[in-house]
Amino acid sequence: MSEHDQRTPVAITGLAADDPHLQPAARRPELVEQVIAVLFVIGIILCLGFGVAYWQNWAPWTLGATMGGGLSFLGIGLIAWGKYLMPRGPFVEERHTLANTEEDRNAFAAAIVERGGSVIKRRKFLGGLLGTGVGIFTVVGAFPLIRSLGPMPKGTLFHTDWKKGTYLVDITGRRVNVSDLAIGSIVTVFPEGKQNTDNGQAVDQTVLIRLSNENYTTKKGRETWAPQGYVAYSKLCTHLGCPVGLYEQELELLVCPCHQSMFNVANGAMPTFGPAPRPLPQLPLMVDSMGYLQSQSDFTEPVGPGFWERHS
Amino acid sequence: MSAQVETKRAKRQAAGPYGKVGQILNELDDRLGVAKGGRTFLDKIFPDHWSFMLGEIALYSFVVLLVTGIFLTLYYVPSSAITTYHGSYLPLVGQKMSEAYASSVNLSFAVRGGLLMRQMHHWACDIFVGSIVVHMGRVFFTGAFRKPRELNWTIGTTLLVLAIAEGFLGYSLPDDLVSGTGIRIAYSIILSLPVVGTYIAFFLFGGNFPGTAIIPRFFIIHVLIIPLVLLGLVGAHLFLLVRQKHTQFPGKGRTENNVVGSPMFPVFMAKTTGFLFVVGGVIALLGAFAQINPIWQFGFYDAARISYAVQPDFYMGFLDGALRIWPAWEFSAFGHTIPLEVTLPSVVLPGILFTLVYAWPAIERKFTGDNQLHNLLDRPINRPKRTAAGVSVAAFLSVLFIASSTDVIANFFKVSLNTVLWDMRILVILVPLIAYPVTYKICREMQGFEGAGKRKTTNVVTRTADGEYVAVPAPVYVDDAHHELDALPIPTFVVDERAEEVSTGVRRAER
Repeated sequence: MSEHDQRTPVAITGLAADDPHLQPAARRPELVEQVIAVLFVIGIILCLGFGVAYWQNWAPWTLGATMGGGLSFLGIGLIAWGKYLMPRGPFVEERHTLANTEEDRNAFAAAIVERGGSVIKRRKFLGGLLGTGVGIFTVVGAFPLIRSLGPMPKGTLFHTDWKKGTYLVDITGRRVNVSDLAIGSIVTVFPEGKQNTDNGQAVDQTVLIRLSNENYTTKKGRETWAPQGYVAYSKLCTHLGCPVGLYEQELELLVCPCHQSMFNVANGAMPTFGPAPRPLPQLPLMVDSMGYLQSQSDFTEPVGPGFWERHS
Repeated sequence: MSAQVETKRAKRQAAGPYGKVGQILNELDDRLGVAKGGRTFLDKIFPDHWSFMLGEIALYSFVVLLVTGIFLTLYYVPSSAITTYHGSYLPLVGQKMSEAYASSVNLSFAVRGGLLMRQMHHWACDIFVGSIVVHMGRVFFTGAFRKPRELNWTIGTTLLVLAIAEGFLGYSLPDDLVSGTGIRIAYSIILSLPVVGTYIAFFLFGGNFPGTAIIPRFFIIHVLIIPLVLLGLVGAHLFLLVRQKHTQFPGKGRTENNVVGSPMFPVFMAKTTGFLFVVGGVIALLGAFAQINPIWQFGFYDAARISYAVQPDFYMGFLDGALRIWPAWEFSAFGHTIPLEVTLPSVVLPGILFTLVYAWPAIERKFTGDNQLHNLLDRPINRPKRTAAGVSVAAFLSVLFIASSTDVIANFFKVSLNTVLWDMRILVILVPLIAYPVTYKICREMQGFEGAGKRKTTNVVTRTADGEYVAVPAPVYVDDAHHELDALPIPTFVVDERAEEVSTGVRRAER
């Protein structure tokens, strides 16, 4: 037995222990081993550091830095170990076709078609009944699953909380007086009593803008809707229902920050730019004897984005 | 001394050649019969190519998502109930907000490590979706989806769809101003579906927007239902990968009937475990140093408020871009309305896109008439039409993605929004149309060029005494030469008993 065999005594079936396939890929494995050891030590220190950082309740970034650094150093070391110090290979594995023999396939198909088919063919009536039963169960069972989830839409999308004589209030619940807004100013208003409700904020939200000092007509047929220059539009974008929150005072444009639809306030909130298909619905206003603003009625059309039941 | 050695030897012999481990494995094999299958599993060969790592990034970011996600569920309260904030973030103290938002802010500031976990979860999500897309690109451009792997392509595509949905749901849960706006948009998109839209919207949200049902419902879908499906499909994805074995690039000794590379144990296991650590580590570093989704700055959701430059996470960008640049084509007739300006870009467009992705293996099979099994990968240049089609779709999506920042672009470059909008409308058609022939041409040119894509060696130019210049390729630099041995089957490593005797003998003598 040679000297060499004695130093690597473990014989491996099928391959000599000194076969190049089993040698590390690194040309200087000792050096790589030292580097990996250093990586691991840094990783261990950082992981300990994570424990200290957590214990001492240091800033969040120190937690992330120590944990991330520790994991990364351990990981890089482990990758290097696998890449440079383990058997370099390459090794090969045969790939056998997954498909079975014609005989096996036929036996399988026959088991389904012949064995199963003969039973069903002979009992077509029973099969039909069972199918009907399962079908009915599926349909009936779907009802509680789906129908219980929410109410029917019915007329919900066609109405808001605005009614004849509803006072306009701001988010704090204060009524808006005609003397409140300077020309060119804007405020978001809600129906009185609804300013803190989900529906009030999500559906009834309306922008009130003062365009001038005199009664203003935004469109034919809306001569009385804007007393003393106050115009009110639904704040829900007709595109996707975002609040039309930006007002470009000089151009008198309401802008939706979501997809940049723009609405011409002076001209019945006609969309002038972007994907919004329809003007914002206008809320008809009136002024009570004390000078407070009220709505004449609900919006005359559904607010917000389009939906199937909406008749143009 | 000698007696001690004797008993040790006796013990070893009684335990069999592989000691304790061998004994445990034998007990397991008696009951489960794991020896043969286990060995095959340890011998599974993984091809050594960097591009096979992309799917691993997806897998490991998913692991990070599960771990950080479990942490977050311990502190997050899925409720729209209104509460008054009394936490450590002063600007919000005393304000009324939903429990969901308050608990999200609380777990960021009051729970030790909470902010890190939240940011890691968000980063891991972006990396998860991103790496799925890139991994999918690798599979597509190299033809790895071909027979017999169409089913795995389908599973992978479903994983992408679910990952995007899961990302959107998770993004919505903190109930901050930006995510609430996202939910509002999602509600309007559902509303836009013809005939059934209002019903689906009302059933999903338990009524008109916003209602109080959506946060708890999104929560249970986000933390239970979709993760369960994801876990199952990831398992199926990996099972098929093992069952059908890896694809590989053509090369020395690589054929349709073998796989060449590193064995599962220990080489691949070391590398991939290390990689798991690195992916986790990088996500932790991102969570530490790169702020993401600072919900306390956005404020809580209030349907009547909105912030400027609202943008979703990147994987929603193409939908947002499509919604921005689609013309206002509402269809309205016979007492009904179809908001095509919403339905087409946000439902029909992704519908067509993903149908195309799902159907691609079948489409390609139909065009090429190729029904063979393929285990060797294509180089993209050798399949110019497929490559061009893929680049074209990627270009289309990229333009849509860029279009999701029209307002930011207009502000940044000081051009009118109108110009940006129309540029995007034109580019989204033009760029894919140009991308196809250009890619096709580049592929064809590269095919005709010997050694394209390979590292070039230096030319050494010498001048002879007669003044003649001669260019000779320099020898390959020793580190550049890629020496690969012939691949061998994995040896069994069964220890030769006789050698063992010698070994112990030698060691004893050395002592």
